[in-house]
Amino acid sequence: MDFVDGFATHYNYWIVIILMMTGFYLVIARPNMVKQLVGLSLFQGSMFILYISFAYVTGGSAPIIVEGEQSYANPLPHVLILTAIVVGISTTAVGLALVVRIHQAFGTIEEDEIHDLTRED
Amino acid sequence: MISEHLPVLQVVVPLIAAPICILLRRDDTAWGLATLATWISFIIAGSMFVEVQSAGALSYALGSWPAPWGIQYLVDPLNAFVLLVVSGVSAVVMLFARDSILDELGRERENLFYCAYLLVFAGLLGVTITHDAFNLFVFLEISSLATYVLIAAGRDRRALVASFQYLIIGTIGATFIVLGVGFLYAMTGTLNMADLADRVRAYDTNPAIIVAYAFLVIGATIKLALFPLHLWLPNAYTFAPSMVSAFLAATATKVGFYVLMRFVFTVFGPEFSFDTLSVGLPLAILAIVGIFATSIVAIFQNDVKRMLAYSSVAQIGYMVLGMSLATTTGVAAGLIHLFNHSLIKAALFCSVGCIVYRLGSSHINSFAGAGRRMPWTMAAFCAGGVSLIGLPMTAGFISKWYIILALLERGWWPIAVLLVVSSILAVIYIWRAVEPAYFREPPADAGPVSEAPLVLLTATWILVFANIWFGIETSLNVGGAFAAAESLLSGYAP
Repeated sequence: MDFVDGFATHYNYWIVIILMMTGFYLVIARPNMVKQLVGLSLFQGSMFILYISFAYVTGGSAPIIVEGEQSYANPLPHVLILTAIVVGISTTAVGLALVVRIHQAFGTIEEDEIHDLTRED
Repeated sequence: MISEHLPVLQVVVPLIAAPICILLRRDDTAWGLATLATWISFIIAGSMFVEVQSAGALSYALGSWPAPWGIQYLVDPLNAFVLLVVSGVSAVVMLFARDSILDELGRERENLFYCAYLLVFAGLLGVTITHDAFNLFVFLEISSLATYVLIAAGRDRRALVASFQYLIIGTIGATFIVLGVGFLYAMTGTLNMADLADRVRAYDTNPAIIVAYAFLVIGATIKLALFPLHLWLPNAYTFAPSMVSAFLAATATKVGFYVLMRFVFTVFGPEFSFDTLSVGLPLAILAIVGIFATSIVAIFQNDVKRMLAYSSVAQIGYMVLGMSLATTTGVAAGLIHLFNHSLIKAALFCSVGCIVYRLGSSHINSFAGAGRRMPWTMAAFCAGGVSLIGLPMTAGFISKWYIILALLERGWWPIAVLLVVSSILAVIYIWRAVEPAYFREPPADAGPVSEAPLVLLTATWILVFANIWFGIETSLNVGGAFAAAESLLSGYAP
């Protein structure tokens, strides 16, 4: 019962864990470089959700001062995550640019095939 | 007065110079601007180092927002020391860059290259100077993203794959660091490191704090390439342009080591790290296994750049080993090796860069006969190698001396014996490059080869002389490292 209760009240953290491990699995198990980047984005995205969900205060409203509101969600993690999203987009952009160059240079974006090709170099 | 703004100028000067490089004409002006910005940073780091030694830590509130709320830059003995190393070696390597980069990249990509270089440089300085845990992550990513570009600029097409693999592993490492910072923030509600250090104490062994610790330490060890998380490093250093290998070997992993120390000692405190969690032993074991495993792998490499890259991973082992002792001598020995290894590897990679400039390859076979055809370059390589091995009168000897001293202080004499044995492995791999250079004839079909240009040699020899200088006159590296170690360990005895 404790487990079910824990899941019901902390489901946001379970979503984070599932997303993060899905992303991590894609990164380490897939030879295709675009799929690895998809996994990497999922991995980073789960971290965004973690930050945003722990900033929420039970019963709190949006952090704008309104009459009659006593508690507000913490806005600082939201701001941090705006920065982290920018970093994440830049990482994906640099990664995709590299994938394009790799495709031009090797004719493939499968890591195992590239491994075979570079053995001859 | 401008002098009170030095901490922020340290980062802002290269950061502003970076986009200007793109706008410049495709001649040497981009290189000139990048060099100027690097030297200004070096002068700023030098004057802050002097000021910190005499007057104590410098604090700077960004945008005048006071400390726990705003982002604070704090220059204490530890990061003043690291800033000096990073900017000093970069300043010399920039002298090397012009001819080498022109040769390997060509005119049309030159100004973009210097823009990326300045971003890496600004990012590394930012990681080192900031006292805000989240700001540290942002600077880490600025430097990492630009580093991927620098590595991908290598001539070999495998440079692209090396860069991509580093991007994947580096991003995972950086995400681990943000996760750790996130857990800390969720528990304490602050991001300022001094403030975090105060509040974390109250939680003792709360699981969330331990999870944060694990994420931060593993994230930092990926960035500093501690064995067995070093797999990204050899390919990246091998296929990057020569100047980039020298620059990254001397700075990037050193800043990673600084990040590890900052979290282990300043944020969590030595009591929590070494008494409550006892991370000292696992770190020491990884360091020693890493020293031997990667030194032995280095012996079997046929590309000298790759050999030096594996050797770098081994040298990181020495630094971490010093730190894991958690004594003043041990931590200082780690920092002394940080300083000396920057000079050693920059000198070695620059001399290999000279070989690549003239012979087009860093394969051991292309070293054949280089001792007679490029005497100054090979003499520099030998001097760097001697310093790496750690013979007296070189910087490398001072590092090993203090590490062994620290080990004996703790009574770990079998490990001290192992370190001496590991130096013999370094003799073997350096000899593998020196032997063909002096005792083999150049291939019969090789065209005439002259000595490397004077500019490249000058930069290389400045680094070689620094190796000898800091092996004899040690007040700067040893004094600076001990001041930093004492500030980190104040009031703690293992």
